[in-house]
Amino acid sequence: MTHFENAEQAKRDPLYKEALTELLYQFADDDFILAFRGSEWLGLAPHIEEDVAFSSITQNTMGHATFFYQLLEELGEGDADVLAHERGPESRKSAVYLEKENGDGHYLDEPFYDWALTVVRHYFYEEFKQVKLELATRSSYQPLADAAQKVLMEQPYHLAHWKMWVKQLLAAGGEAEERLRARMVEAWGEFKDVLELGPKAKQMADAHLIAGEDVIETQWVERVETTVGKISKQQLGKKQGSGRSGEHTGELTIALKTLSEVYDTDRTAIW
Amino acid sequence: MKVPIEETNKKIYNVLKHVDDPELPGVSVFDLGMVHKVEVSGKGAFITMIPTFTGCPALDIIAKDVKVAVEKLAEIDCCKVEFSYRQPWTTDAITEKGKEQLKKHGVSPPPEHYTPGEEWSVDCPFCKSPFTSMENVFGPTACRSILYCKTCKNPFEAMKPVVKYLVN
Repeated sequence: MTHFENAEQAKRDPLYKEALTELLYQFADDDFILAFRGSEWLGLAPHIEEDVAFSSITQNTMGHATFFYQLLEELGEGDADVLAHERGPESRKSAVYLEKENGDGHYLDEPFYDWALTVVRHYFYEEFKQVKLELATRSSYQPLADAAQKVLMEQPYHLAHWKMWVKQLLAAGGEAEERLRARMVEAWGEFKDVLELGPKAKQMADAHLIAGEDVIETQWVERVETTVGKISKQQLGKKQGSGRSGEHTGELTIALKTLSEVYDTDRTAIW
Repeated sequence: MKVPIEETNKKIYNVLKHVDDPELPGVSVFDLGMVHKVEVSGKGAFITMIPTFTGCPALDIIAKDVKVAVEKLAEIDCCKVEFSYRQPWTTDAITEKGKEQLKKHGVSPPPEHYTPGEEWSVDCPFCKSPFTSMENVFGPTACRSILYCKTCKNPFEAMKPVVKYLVN
């Protein structure tokens, strides 16, 4: 197995670099869009402690996205801020499920956001991120292995937080449990896209960048079901399409536009 | 007269012992264990630092504060600061002095034994009572948590324990 110590070495092997950048975009774009959805909850969380916790997790998750965009910058993909703000929806590699709006309404108007969706989505995502990062610690690309190790030192706090919410709401029974279960079944029909590595999956495996998507799926299902029990008899689905292949909904277009509104007022300003 | 590099190195470390974390005044970046390496070449200094939390928004400010402080030394014209992710920061890197300084600010040092993802507790930084409760693991910054002392009835903060994550 060829080991790549740094960006300079990776750049000399175009095929390797292609698979590597694809994987890094997935890490970065996933964290980026979910951190944005988290930021929309600011001031709206169920109680003040949750507002502090959720915004702290969201800020740190955005930090992880920045970290992965910086790895792409080192590989010559362009400035990290530009990668975050200026790429259109068609070039985003984030999974479709993560771009889904928080609920009805808008935070500037009447945000009828759904806490059940948020708890399920964040819990499912943090379990997935944990699995993917653990596998990435063995990556043939040393800067990615280091990044994964670093993020994993913070990640258990994020995961523990959402796991606590899931467990408590399920244990509460009644409406809380019902709404959570409904969102889990919905997620089950869309989450396969999150677990996949996209059109360059084989290239990634051949280059030992990360283990195969079947490994990610198996480990994720096992961990999630240990906490919440069996979710559905159906196969995992990707009803909303494949974000890994650049398929997205209008909800991502609006999100990106909102997120970059200030940035777009003056792209050369130093904020 | 030429000043030996070791002397300059020592002086830089002394400077770094007085550059505070912008969110923890009185606690230096040195005592927080953020200084990894200091290299001197001619009148240039190259400092490698270890970021605490990846998402910490204060990193740019810290880099600038370090640069400005080190460039005040007569021996140094230009100081470059870089953050390295090769050496993960753990809360074990906080010095004894750092721990004392933290307590003065009402922030308890992190607990010494901790398993990632599990509950933990620390003694009150004011009255040293172990009779404390966790109010919120997430505090005003990524690296801190909010607790309450049931003995002296003061709210206080603690540095979140961060340790190397072992992958099975």
